[in-house]
Amino acid sequence: MTAQEVRLCGLLLQEHFGNVVEKVGTHLIRSGVLTLRALAHETKLPLDLVKKSLCVLVQHGMCTFGAGRRGPAGPVEYRINCEHIFHMLRYPRYIYTAKSLYGDTGELIVEEILQRGQMTMSSTVKTVADRLTHNMPEGQSMDYSEVVSAFSQLVETHFLQRCPPLASAGSSSSGAVDTPLPVATQPTEPESNPDCYKLPYINLTGQGKRRRSSEGGEAEQRAAKKARTDNSECGDDGIYWQVNFQRFHLHFRDQAIISAVSCKLDQTSSEIVRTMLRMSEVTTPAHAAFTQALSANEIFRALQSSYNIARPNLDQYLSLLVDDPMEFVGKTGDSGGGMYVVNLHRALANLARATLESVVQERFGSRSARIFRLLLRKRHLEQKQVEDFAMIPAKEAKDMLYTLLSENLVQLQEIPKTPDYAPSRTFYLYTVNQLPTARLLLQHCYKTVCNLIERRLYETKENKRLLEKSQRIEAILASLQATGAEAAQLTEVEEMITVPERQQLESLRHHINKSCTNQLLSKHESVT
Amino acid sequence: MAGRGRGQLTFSVEIVGIGKGENLPPSSVQPTPLFPPLDQKPVPLQTGEEAEYMLALKQEFRGAMKTLPFYIRPAAPKKDVERYSDKYQKIETSDNSLEWKPDWRRFPKELRVREKRPLRDKSPAVPKQPKQPRVDKEEIIRKLETLEQKEEDRSSDEEDGEKKKPQEEEAEGEEEYDEEEFEDETDYIMSYFDNGEEFGGDSDDNDEAIY
Repeated sequence: MTAQEVRLCGLLLQEHFGNVVEKVGTHLIRSGVLTLRALAHETKLPLDLVKKSLCVLVQHGMCTFGAGRRGPAGPVEYRINCEHIFHMLRYPRYIYTAKSLYGDTGELIVEEILQRGQMTMSSTVKTVADRLTHNMPEGQSMDYSEVVSAFSQLVETHFLQRCPPLASAGSSSSGAVDTPLPVATQPTEPESNPDCYKLPYINLTGQGKRRRSSEGGEAEQRAAKKARTDNSECGDDGIYWQVNFQRFHLHFRDQAIISAVSCKLDQTSSEIVRTMLRMSEVTTPAHAAFTQALSANEIFRALQSSYNIARPNLDQYLSLLVDDPMEFVGKTGDSGGGMYVVNLHRALANLARATLESVVQERFGSRSARIFRLLLRKRHLEQKQVEDFAMIPAKEAKDMLYTLLSENLVQLQEIPKTPDYAPSRTFYLYTVNQLPTARLLLQHCYKTVCNLIERRLYETKENKRLLEKSQRIEAILASLQATGAEAAQLTEVEEMITVPERQQLESLRHHINKSCTNQLLSKHESVT
Repeated sequence: MAGRGRGQLTFSVEIVGIGKGENLPPSSVQPTPLFPPLDQKPVPLQTGEEAEYMLALKQEFRGAMKTLPFYIRPAAPKKDVERYSDKYQKIETSDNSLEWKPDWRRFPKELRVREKRPLRDKSPAVPKQPKQPRVDKEEIIRKLETLEQKEEDRSSDEEDGEKKKPQEEEAEGEEEYDEEEFEDETDYIMSYFDNGEEFGGDSDDNDEAIY
C-alpha cells in the first residue's frame, strides 16, 4: 500500500461514511491486521464507535474478519480490502452500465445494493418498486414481478452474486444452518459457492407502494415495521446479494477493446469483435489470456443480420484483424473456416502502452513522445543512437531525455565492459520498462484524485455560505412557484446573480473530479 | 559519488552525452515548486451526455450516503456548561446501537453493541415496558394513568417522574438510558427547574417530589 493509495482510501471512506470510519479504516490499512481491542486502543476512539465502524465496513465488504494468529480460540482479526475501497470511485460507472443494459429498473437495483452493501432479494425488490412507483404518475404503480425479472437477468449474466456463506472454522461443510455460529468465522470466496448465481424461490407478489404525504407518521412507521418482519416470510432469509465487481470490470475491458478496434479499424470490425466477445462471455474464465477459440462459421452465424456482412467479407475482416499490429485477434487453427481468438492480455498490454505514449505526448510534447516510442520499440539505446534514430538534434534530444529520466519514465541501464564497473568502460543505455512505468502513472493518478477531492472539499468549505444561500433561495422559489407569485421571483433571482459564478466554479470542480476518476479507471484496468 | 566538483568526476561524461565545457543547467538546491509551470496545456475535460449523467449519479450517491445510517458521526463533545440552545439543537441518540439491523449471523459476535436498557432495579413496581416503538397515543395516556396511581401509593421516589419521559420517548421508538438525573452527578433533579415551557400544559400529571 503506497502512501497515495492510503490517502485516497481515507478520503473515499470519509466522503461516504464519515470521519470515524475514516480514522478506523486508515489505521487498519496502515497496521495490516488488528484485533478489535488493539484497534480501539490505538485509535483512541470509544469502543462502541469502533464496533459501529467495523460493522459498516464489513457490511459493505471492505473489511474481512477471520481467526487470528492464535487460531480459532483467539480473538478475531480484521483486515481491510483496499481494492474494494477503490471500487467506490467507479460506482457511477457501474450504475450507468446497469442502466444501459437493463434500463431504469436495473439501474435502481444496482444503486440500492451499492448503497447498502448487501441486501436480500425481497428487500431489494420492494425498495426498488417503491422508488419507481414514486416517480411514476399518479395511479400507476410498479409491479414486483417486473423488478424480479430485472433482478434475475442481472444474476443470470453474473452481475450480481450471492454473498459467500460463512464457513465455520471447525466443520467441513460450509453454510450449515443448524450449527451455532462460532465467534470467529471465515467468509469464503464467493465463486467457490456452487449456489453463487442461483436465484432463491421467493413468494413475493404485489406492487410498489407510493409514499403518500397525507399518511400519518405512525401508520407509515407501522408499515415499515411490518415490511421488516416480512423479510423472513418471503423465503429468502439469510441469502444476501452483492455486486460482482469483477464481472463489471470484464465488461469494461471488453468495451475498451471494442472501442479501440473501432477507432483503429472501423465500425464493422468492432462489431465482429463485439460478437466474438459476447459469444465467449460466460465460457472464458476471468483472468484468461485469450477467449475460447471460435470458428469463423460460428461467428458468421452469431453475427446480427442487421450488419449484412457477407461470408467472404467476414473472412477478409478477420484476416485484417489478425494482421493488425495491435494483435487484438489471433488465429489458432484452420478448422471450421479458421479458428480465431481474442487476445485479451495482449490487447490490454497494447492499450496500456498506447496510454503511456499519449500521456508522454500530452505532458512533454510530440518529440519527447517520439523518443519514448522509439525506446519502447527498440528496448535499449545509447545516447548517440537515440539522437540518430529519432532525428532530433543532439542538444534537444539530451534535454528531453533528461527530463524523462528525472520524471522516472525512462531508466538508465548500465552494462559493464570490465568486471570492475569502471565508468569510462561501461555502456549506459536508456530503456523503458513498461509495467513499472504504468504502475508509476497509476500512482500519479491516485495522487491526482486525492488532490482533486481535497480541492473540492476546500472549495465547498470556502463557498459554503453561498451554497447555503443558493439552496435556500431555490427552496423559496419552488414554494413561490407553487403558489404562483411572479414579482417576488424576479427579485429573488436578481439576488442570485453573484451566486452562479461561484456555482460554475463548483461544478467545474466536480467535473474535474469526475473526469479524472474516469481516466484513472481506464488506466487502472489496462495495468491490472 | 561525483567527486569534489565537476572537474574531478570519476568517469568521463562524454559517454552520457555531456560534452566538454557545455553549459549544464544549474543544480537545484530547493524542492520543486508546489505548482510548477505547465509547458503544455492539459487536454480538455470529457463532456457529453454520458459524462454528465455519471456526474449527476455521483453527486446523488454522495448525498444519499450522508443520509443513510452507515454515515457515522462522532459523538459531540460534552460542553462545559449546559446551554439554553441545546434544547433546540438536534440531540443525537445517546445510546450506541446501530440504526440499521445487520444480520448478526454474518458478523463476529464481538461487534454486537448491546443496547442499554433503562434501570429496572430501582422501581420493581413499575410494570415491565416491552419495546413498543410504534404506539398510539391512547396507550401512552393509559400507561400514564396507571403509573400515576402507582406513584401515589408509594413514597415519593424521584425516579418515577423520570420514568414518564423515557416512557414517552420509548413510545416514539427509542430506548434511552435514564441519564438525565445522573448526568452531572448533582443532587438536584433536572426537571425541578421549571423553564416555564410547560406552564399551563400537562405538568399537572407529574406528581413530582415537592420540597
